[in-house]
Amino acid sequence: MSKLALRTYTLLQTGTSVGLSALAWAVTGVRPIWNGSQPSDRQRIYFANHTSHGDFILLSTCLSETERAKTHAIAAAEYWGKSQLRRFIAEDMLSSVLISRQWTSEAEHPISIMLSVLDQGHSLIIFPEGTRNTSDELLPFRSGLYNLSIARPDVELIPCWIENMSRVLPKGQFLPVPLLCRVVFGAPVAVAPGEERRAFLQRARAELMALNPRPDRDD
Amino acid sequence: MRHEISILIIGLFVVLSTASVTAGILSMRAPKPLSATLVNLTQRINAWWVMVALMTIAFFFGRYGMTILFALISFAALREFVTLTHSRRSDHWVLLGMFGIVIPFQYWLVWTAWYGLFVIFIPVYCFLLMPAITALHGDTERFLERVSAQQWAIMISVYCVSHVPALLTLDVPGFEGRNLLLIAFLIIVVQGSDVLQYIFGKLFGKHRFSPTVSPSKTWEGLIGGLVASSLLGALLSFITPFSPLQASAVAFIACTMGFLGGLVASAIKRDQGVKDWGHLIEGHGGMLDRTDSLVFAAPIFFHIVRYFWTV
Repeated sequence: MSKLALRTYTLLQTGTSVGLSALAWAVTGVRPIWNGSQPSDRQRIYFANHTSHGDFILLSTCLSETERAKTHAIAAAEYWGKSQLRRFIAEDMLSSVLISRQWTSEAEHPISIMLSVLDQGHSLIIFPEGTRNTSDELLPFRSGLYNLSIARPDVELIPCWIENMSRVLPKGQFLPVPLLCRVVFGAPVAVAPGEERRAFLQRARAELMALNPRPDRDD
Repeated sequence: MRHEISILIIGLFVVLSTASVTAGILSMRAPKPLSATLVNLTQRINAWWVMVALMTIAFFFGRYGMTILFALISFAALREFVTLTHSRRSDHWVLLGMFGIVIPFQYWLVWTAWYGLFVIFIPVYCFLLMPAITALHGDTERFLERVSAQQWAIMISVYCVSHVPALLTLDVPGFEGRNLLLIAFLIIVVQGSDVLQYIFGKLFGKHRFSPTVSPSKTWEGLIGGLVASSLLGALLSFITPFSPLQASAVAFIACTMGFLGGLVASAIKRDQGVKDWGHLIEGHGGMLDRTDSLVFAAPIFFHIVRYFWTV
């Protein structure tokens, strides 16, 4: 890429990120609640509940500008890679990383793609439920969280509860209803010595669920 | 009108400065760390500076400023109300319509001074059509609760709030071109009454007014606040078309409505299990925490002025 193109590209990404954060704030007045962890420039994997396409925008709005620039959301290639436009929005404008659920070659393996992002010193946003959830309960977690933590034990795993996004932008809708949202960041979760995959995933899921500030709500 | 506005601005500046200095002295003398009440008091006063500054700016933009400011207040209030109350996936389009159609249309009616539709658009058309849309979606789970919450939401946050800028559309003989002062009178008296009730309650409060709804409201605060704000109303009669006696009576009614508005808002919050509507205004809570009294006072004040003072 030429110097000019590169500069335009960076400008596009910064502009999109600032613009989207401003929009997310105007619509949802989003506030971070640091409940067990603090903002930090440490390398992290933020894992969150997933109900809406707006989820990771809300989460990254709660991070500082510098944090946001080196934090990438992991998105499904089946959806975001479907057309050139979607791929452009996901990869170039939102700087997210696409992974395929039906990978064929080793290079497409989701874990190796995510590890290569971590190896650049960047942070990740992942949704271990694997898909946008329309039920009241969290879905069982996929194994990625465990595998990443075993492979890179120094990276902090931070559970993040995103509140209300299922009402702001439900699955299948494209216009958001302005409702107030909070993102609750919990204490880091780590794989205990000798802890089994399934036990860890259940524990991480319970830790995330415990962050819900209004668990009595059923909408 | 410039003369009256200068007096109001100087008056508010003096009151807020006195409040800031008093809070400053109290904080200096108080043992550290400061008590929660004192921290909250300082936050509240600081927020008042910001709110008065914003109101003043909107004031200088006249009809544009007021209409836009109160449309934004409606937006913030509606967002808090809808966030708090129950809704379901199938309500998505109705909720969108409340923000995207009801608010702009109601304020357009204010702007064009179309009184006939302004007073019935929400209580008649929205009241009937919104539940119809919800029924057409076919989801009957907690139906009545959902539609009531939606109707209360737009009634409180849009309909009632829009009566403040609607004061600009009234034709009071001999008061032409000065209607902005009616808004100033209403807001100063009602918000002043909130502050006075708070002060009287903190100083003399003993007997709870309604322990089950709002433990912070006392008879002493209510009576002291209402008497003092009626006097404030009489004092401000020079900016209104009212005589001093009329001004104190109007102020008394508006502030009584304001008190009831606060009580109803507390009951809704208690029912939903929260203490504040939101976190927009440091020390005060959300937009609705600050405007619950104005919401109840505005339509009544509007209709009193319209009935007795317009032709």
